[in-house]
Amino acid sequence: MRIYAFCVYLFLYTPIAIIALFSFNAGRHASQLQGFSVQWYVRAFRNPFVMDALETSLIVAFVSATLASVLGTLAAVGLQTMRGPARAVFDGVIYVAIMIPGIVIGIATLIALVTVFDVLNPLLASLWFEDRQPPRLSMGIGSLIAAHTMFTMALVIVIVRARLASLEQVLGEASADLYATPLATFMQVTLPLIAPAILAGFLLSFTFSFDDFIIAFFVAGSETTLPIYVFSSIRRGVTPEINAIGTIVMVASLLLLIIAQLILRRRPER
Amino acid sequence: MTRRERNWLLVTPAAAWFVVMLVLPLSVIFVFSFGERGPAGGYVPAFTFEQYANLPARFTAFKNTMILAPLGTIAAMLIAYPLAYQLAVRTDPKWKIILLVLVIVPFWTSILIRSYAWIFILGGSGLPALLEMVGIEGVRLIYTPFAVLIGIVYGYLPLMVFPIYVSLDRLDKRLLEASADLGARPFSTFLQVTLPLSIPGVATGCMLVFILLMGEFLIPALLGGGKVFFVGNALVDLFLQSRNWAFGSAVAFTLIVIMLVTVTVYMRLIARLHSGRQDISIM
Repeated sequence: MRIYAFCVYLFLYTPIAIIALFSFNAGRHASQLQGFSVQWYVRAFRNPFVMDALETSLIVAFVSATLASVLGTLAAVGLQTMRGPARAVFDGVIYVAIMIPGIVIGIATLIALVTVFDVLNPLLASLWFEDRQPPRLSMGIGSLIAAHTMFTMALVIVIVRARLASLEQVLGEASADLYATPLATFMQVTLPLIAPAILAGFLLSFTFSFDDFIIAFFVAGSETTLPIYVFSSIRRGVTPEINAIGTIVMVASLLLLIIAQLILRRRPER
Repeated sequence: MTRRERNWLLVTPAAAWFVVMLVLPLSVIFVFSFGERGPAGGYVPAFTFEQYANLPARFTAFKNTMILAPLGTIAAMLIAYPLAYQLAVRTDPKWKIILLVLVIVPFWTSILIRSYAWIFILGGSGLPALLEMVGIEGVRLIYTPFAVLIGIVYGYLPLMVFPIYVSLDRLDKRLLEASADLGARPFSTFLQVTLPLSIPGVATGCMLVFILLMGEFLIPALLGGGKVFFVGNALVDLFLQSRNWAFGSAVAFTLIVIMLVTVTVYMRLIARLHSGRQDISIM
């Protein structure tokens, strides 16, 4: 049994290790190791396309994770004491958001936004000052952030709600008995207690957005994120440069993940 | 401000976001699926069931998905169960969590990079080249159903281990002792006590993996090389290459319906199989 478990771990980690190993390979080919070199990392960092894509990915991940954490937390708090059909509808929407395949979300968002923009753009132009270029709505970083925020917000709501459910209601009641306003109770009692869940939600959202390929593939317009860049270069052929980028991406998401885990595990309930 | 008003105020921004970025898009493809393709691609409003009647044109994609998704799910389950068992029942509590986290971590790193790793391994200068060195020639691994299956199992194994682990870990260990005290052999204890009690975890794991596999695009795109394609790949082709929005919408909607029906039937089935204990949840 132990040997079996060991083999499964081997299966899980060998491919990752091989990528990391060959990213330091001096030669081009997968079949032989030809000595240690960091040339592929240097190349990746000097490649303006890679750097542009990295910048876009970081901006999108940061903005959408921030929006998702703030709006998701507010919604989780609001849902906490909400009852009736409105609550049921909201739960249903969150369930759908998590269950619908990313590819369907990506396609549907693309089609819907393109259709809406086609209607809105002439309207905007007719309302705009005559002597200036009217703004044009199009697919790009904005639509990408909006789409990632939608999905990760559902994630944050689920995580924060689990934490809220584990809190003791007595605390809020005690605070109210001591004449704290609801806002003061929230800021001084609830928020500090759910902060680890919010932060973990933020980090998971960031990781999701940073790693997402399929939604970005459809809604990013002419923008290129790092996963989109990697996908299109794999299509052109396997190069050690992708190994280097892949290793960096995996190390980065690993670090974020470990931080998220540490935060979630710290401070066990009492 | 009453509590009710306050709740609404807190929930409104998120609700508005879901309406614009989820409800609206899904409604749009639902409406479009009854439309027609424009002369230059795109969509022309209409009310016709033509797109749905046309679905057999993409039969292969549905067939591949409906064969490889369940196959991949079962393969992942068979590999995951013994590992989850080992971790939950036979491992020193000190190491449990660390070993479990080690299984889950890969799931949260880029699936794109992890699938790419298999292109590297199964591709011409990887494993086949190594095999050639020991005299086995002409082995073709990449761009076969086998490669897609490996990619699937590799990609989703962590997601399968986790719920099975949870259900086995929750299992009251005294039941196992009681079974042994009553003279049951370890294997019959497993069959009659452990296995039935871990069904909810197995069911949750299978459902999670199956749902994700139904919408899979990346793994067949990278490891199937255009020969082994899923519904997801057909969707990309329909929307980005042939620009047939109406038909694409019909395919997307059919996928959602198949998913919902399969999951509902499956949950009913499991609940009946395991009546009395309905703690199967996916969140």
